[in-house]
Amino acid sequence: MTNEELQAYLAGEFSNAEVKQGKQYIEMLVRAADLHETAVQLKMAPVLSFDYLFCLSGVDYPDTMQVVYHLESVTHRHIVVLKVNTADRVDPLLDSVSDVWQTAKYHEREVYDLLGVKFNNHKDLRRLFLDDTWGFPLRKDYKDEVRIVER
Amino acid sequence: MSEIKEIIMHSDKIHTDEYLVNMGPQHPSTHGVLRLLVRLEGEIVHNIQPHVGYIHSGIEKMCEAISYPQVIHLTDRMDYLSAHMNNEAVALCIENALQVEVPERVKYIRTIMDELSRLASHQLWWCVMGMDLGALTTFFYGLRDREHILDIFEETCGARMTLNYSVPGGVMFDIHPNFQKRVKDFIKEFRKKLPEYDELLTGNVIFQERTKNIGYLSLEDAIAWGVTGPSGRGSGFSCDVRKHQPYSAYPLVQFEEKLDTKGDTFTRYRLRIEEMHESLHIIEQLIDNIPEGDFAVKMKGVVKLPEGEFYQRVETARGEFGVYIVSDGKKNPYRVKFRSPGFSNLFALNKMAAGHKIADLVAIMSTLDLVIPDIDR
Amino acid sequence: MGFNIYDFSGMTHNMHLWFSERMSPTATTIVEWTIIGVSYMLFVALFGLFLVYAERKVCAAFQQRLGPTRVGFWGLLQTIADFIKLLMKELIMPKSADRFLYNLAPFIVMIATFLAMAVLPFAKGLQTLDFDIGIFYVTAVSSVGVIGILLAGWSSNNKYSLIGAMRSGAQILSYELSVSLSLVTIIILAGSMQLSVIVESQRDSWFLFKGHIPSLIAFVIFLIAGTAETNRGPFDLAEAESELTAGFHTEYSGIKFAFFFLAEYINMFIVSAMAVTVFLGGWMPLHFGSFESFNVVMDFIPPLVWFFMKVLGVIFLIMWFKWTFPRLRVDQILTLEWKYLLPINLINIILMSLVVLTKFHL
Repeated sequence: MTNEELQAYLAGEFSNAEVKQGKQYIEMLVRAADLHETAVQLKMAPVLSFDYLFCLSGVDYPDTMQVVYHLESVTHRHIVVLKVNTADRVDPLLDSVSDVWQTAKYHEREVYDLLGVKFNNHKDLRRLFLDDTWGFPLRKDYKDEVRIVER
Repeated sequence: MSEIKEIIMHSDKIHTDEYLVNMGPQHPSTHGVLRLLVRLEGEIVHNIQPHVGYIHSGIEKMCEAISYPQVIHLTDRMDYLSAHMNNEAVALCIENALQVEVPERVKYIRTIMDELSRLASHQLWWCVMGMDLGALTTFFYGLRDREHILDIFEETCGARMTLNYSVPGGVMFDIHPNFQKRVKDFIKEFRKKLPEYDELLTGNVIFQERTKNIGYLSLEDAIAWGVTGPSGRGSGFSCDVRKHQPYSAYPLVQFEEKLDTKGDTFTRYRLRIEEMHESLHIIEQLIDNIPEGDFAVKMKGVVKLPEGEFYQRVETARGEFGVYIVSDGKKNPYRVKFRSPGFSNLFALNKMAAGHKIADLVAIMSTLDLVIPDIDR
Repeated sequence: MGFNIYDFSGMTHNMHLWFSERMSPTATTIVEWTIIGVSYMLFVALFGLFLVYAERKVCAAFQQRLGPTRVGFWGLLQTIADFIKLLMKELIMPKSADRFLYNLAPFIVMIATFLAMAVLPFAKGLQTLDFDIGIFYVTAVSSVGVIGILLAGWSSNNKYSLIGAMRSGAQILSYELSVSLSLVTIIILAGSMQLSVIVESQRDSWFLFKGHIPSLIAFVIFLIAGTAETNRGPFDLAEAESELTAGFHTEYSGIKFAFFFLAEYINMFIVSAMAVTVFLGGWMPLHFGSFESFNVVMDFIPPLVWFFMKVLGVIFLIMWFKWTFPRLRVDQILTLEWKYLLPINLINIILMSLVVLTKFHL
């Protein structure tokens, strides 16, 4: 499948998602409610078979918290970037995809640790690097008067 | 007598307690401050829970406050053994974003440095692997050869480990006039030394007994856990970024992606040794053909990336390294995420080592080739 | 008091007479004990330090480096400096350790070492105890050391120490079998367990050559099992530093650690000395049947020199093992003993009996 075909296929298959060609990869923005279902389909559908999650990152945008999944298919060698937003900054909650891609288990823990995004159905959602009492340092409103010097 | 008979008959009811051992943060074989909470029954490992973060240095947070060229300097503090690949990843990412075409010469130099770093990293891994298995002599053999590469690095850019050689748009300095000669001398020398590695460790009966059929990782698990690099390729997971999304001079060279499907410790070991041969092969193809030209393109004083997201993957000595930059058009990045190979590789450890002995856990951990700052970032 | 470097029995006898003339029998005994004790302690300290130095130099040679060079000529004083450092170090004890056993353990290991040394024939007449069950005695007391190791592991209240001690227990108890059985092979050939008799009967040819293939097999097994018994080389599971940090002596520091350290080296000496005494003719010079002139030249070299040359040769072999082989795993080490060495040993004993019965030996 070429990139255009893949884009068309994804747009057709996931009508609730916003599919567009990004700067490098095809980007796909899904609603938080559809995340888990979409993830399962992306992995299981034989024409897609996105079985390799190579990067999972959280980004704190001014109005939303975004979690970005970089997916690759080992058989077809195509790449898609799955994105999901949550507007709730106080208690952001998304579905976990750790049952779809095992490696997400620890990447999600990292996102929780640094950005405070919680994941539903995650078996072991604890902080990974930092202390339990620490804030969420990668949030833009994070303040640390001792360690961060504002210039 | 009847008592003993009873005990034997109900031996399945005799309950032995599991106990917890904290391997690390200070332990000789975790190679840094990694803590493994190991649940043991006697010698047998039941479960491993890695606890990371002891040298978490907040690199991703720091990146948000500094300019793009400065980000490069932080990357070689993560995986200090493949520092140049990490530098290159960020440099490439910035170049892609700005759509700067670097001169051919830069591509060649970067690729040669990549492969030299990979060799140096694998050499260190080899010495440490031997040491973890109790063969202390390997340590000095590996370091002896690594020293030559570090000398070449030092002559090229002044640093031995944290190179900082790649900058956006090229490399920091041109190569030293001696560079080609020294690299060729090294290749000639190391081609003779590599068989020694096999004699000392690979062919050893005890070593083979210790590593064969130990720490099996299936292809499905390797993909699901994102185990990349030689560790993943040992399970048959074709994950070499140099092949699948070639960068720098990799499209120009012939090399093989070493794959095997056995997935045990010995296979992972063997693939790394074979990768050393491949690296020598790649350098040989490039070293005589470095084109003339500039060693960097002129960049603006302040590098500003256009708004958007950029991702760059490179193959480090440990596996796939990724840089994810989110830019809002200012002079410092909005968000930088590093996908480090060690992070994903480490967490597959439980899958591989559960059910084996403590000694096997150490051997398996060696073949994952972990660098802790790479995991903690 | 005549002094003869080829035969010490005259000297020791004269010394005994000299003391008896001047003192009561009790005082004589006490003085003699003191002399023997002091000389053994001096020997252990000095030879132990020398072995540590030798190990570092040998290891350096294997690893393409120089080893200690700074302290003293060729770094000869390095180990002495290290020893002084260990003496002055603070003795740290884990909070919840079993104090009594923790303190006792290094002494048990050391005492076992001294006990085993008592019967070693260094030269003709230079042997403290000459039992008629010398070999039996050595195998018996050398396994006392494992109690010290088990105690050390148990009382440290450290899981690494405990695992190390358990490994060591399993290992030494199993390899004890191989050591004894390979010695039994030679006892069959020698017809005696008395060490002086065994050495004496190797006057014309060493048992290694006398017993043909069975004694060669026994020698190889003895070396392997002996290395395993000293917790060295590829069998250093009990202190496998990449797995258990330092195994049973993780929690020991200062002089108590030095005791374990020294005991390991002296045990290596004892194993080598036993190998030399039983297989390589002890202090007997190398003789070839009919080369008279050669034999005379060999006779000229004093027995003490012969003994130590052979011992150092065997020690070098054991060091060679350590610096080239990776460590075995605990199940492999037991497999090696119970599935390979033991059956081979038993068959070997039968072979040796046949050799002796058919008078096939030289």
